[in-house]
Amino acid sequence: MSAGTLKNLLKDFKKFNNKNLIVGFDNNDDASVYKISDDVAVIESVDFFPPIVDDPYIYGQIAVANSISDIYAMGGTPTTALNILCIKSDINEDVIREILKGGFNKAYEAEITIAGGHTINGDELLYGLSVSGIVNPKKILSNSSAKVGDKLILTKKLGIGIITTALKGGLVSKTLEDEICNQMSTLNKYSFDIAKKYKINSLTDVTGFSLLGHSYEMAKGSKVCINIYSNNLIYFNDAINFSDMGLIPAGNKRNKEFTDGNVKINDKITQSIIDICYSPETSGGLLISIDKNDATNCINEMKKNKIDASIVGEVVEYNNTYVNLI
Amino acid sequence: MYKVDAKGLSCPEPVILTMNAVKLGHKEISVELSDPVPVENVTRYAKSQGFTVKETKENDITTLLLTK
Repeated sequence: MSAGTLKNLLKDFKKFNNKNLIVGFDNNDDASVYKISDDVAVIESVDFFPPIVDDPYIYGQIAVANSISDIYAMGGTPTTALNILCIKSDINEDVIREILKGGFNKAYEAEITIAGGHTINGDELLYGLSVSGIVNPKKILSNSSAKVGDKLILTKKLGIGIITTALKGGLVSKTLEDEICNQMSTLNKYSFDIAKKYKINSLTDVTGFSLLGHSYEMAKGSKVCINIYSNNLIYFNDAINFSDMGLIPAGNKRNKEFTDGNVKINDKITQSIIDICYSPETSGGLLISIDKNDATNCINEMKKNKIDASIVGEVVEYNNTYVNLI
Repeated sequence: MYKVDAKGLSCPEPVILTMNAVKLGHKEISVELSDPVPVENVTRYAKSQGFTVKETKENDITTLLLTK
């Protein structure tokens, strides 16, 4: 469901006003944050989706890496999680075991404990986690506190939505499939552990709402404008070819509608690059709004650690649009 | 005229079915679709392969006539 549709659905509901809930629905942030004391707050997030690759073990790894990411995106440390699993009747036990094994191994790598879960039967296989984490309330990194002058770092390549659409059509080579699986199953822990040594002003992760959708949310919440520089974008090159072939996921249209009227795109940008920027990402990278004086050191440290990171944009004063794709 | 019935199908299937028809060497292909997203995507694919695309709509069904 698009962010816009969801917002509309929820707008009239009564919400119990809890003074300790410091991050809720208001800015479509990555997770909720509930303050326990002056030094400790609990972060909660949930995510699950159907298989996007055939290998059940890798699917389990991707689903868990994706679910945990929201905790890093709030500036927190993940602690425990609960499995959420919907099983189709025709799926055999070995497949379920592999999915869960992938999930448990990824959680182990992230140093969090899967402490339980819930399983149901349904028409579609679904897997993910409800994840909890902790953060010092003074160190929460919301998606709505970017500052004019900040640089924007993206820590994974774009184009996953387009390539997984091509994958469904059997058009993706094994090498490329391995590459995207490797990226999707990589924890954002590694880029966050580097980024947190520097002055981060705002943070989110790029997932279903695409680079432009998440940039729009960050810009709107922060009352600024975000310039995205197309020449600095990092993406899987094959996403260009697949996009030219019309292998565009339905999510692109929803993301375009969600940001409608708030994203300006330079006439010189090719349609394929625009498609990549609107493409939903699965287990995408962190989008870090970082103090301009720290950006180069942070990106160099990430690159030294083999993270596919790039300075993709910067934060400027609001000027009648929230996002400029230049 | 080679016909592709992609009604009720979501991406990437309509594009893949059209792609298969092109690979078979057909120069005149009619593609029936019921969802707006594949209409855009099949049009894009066909144009990238040098086809001229004519779109007609009746009730909720869009027909794309691809010619080369």
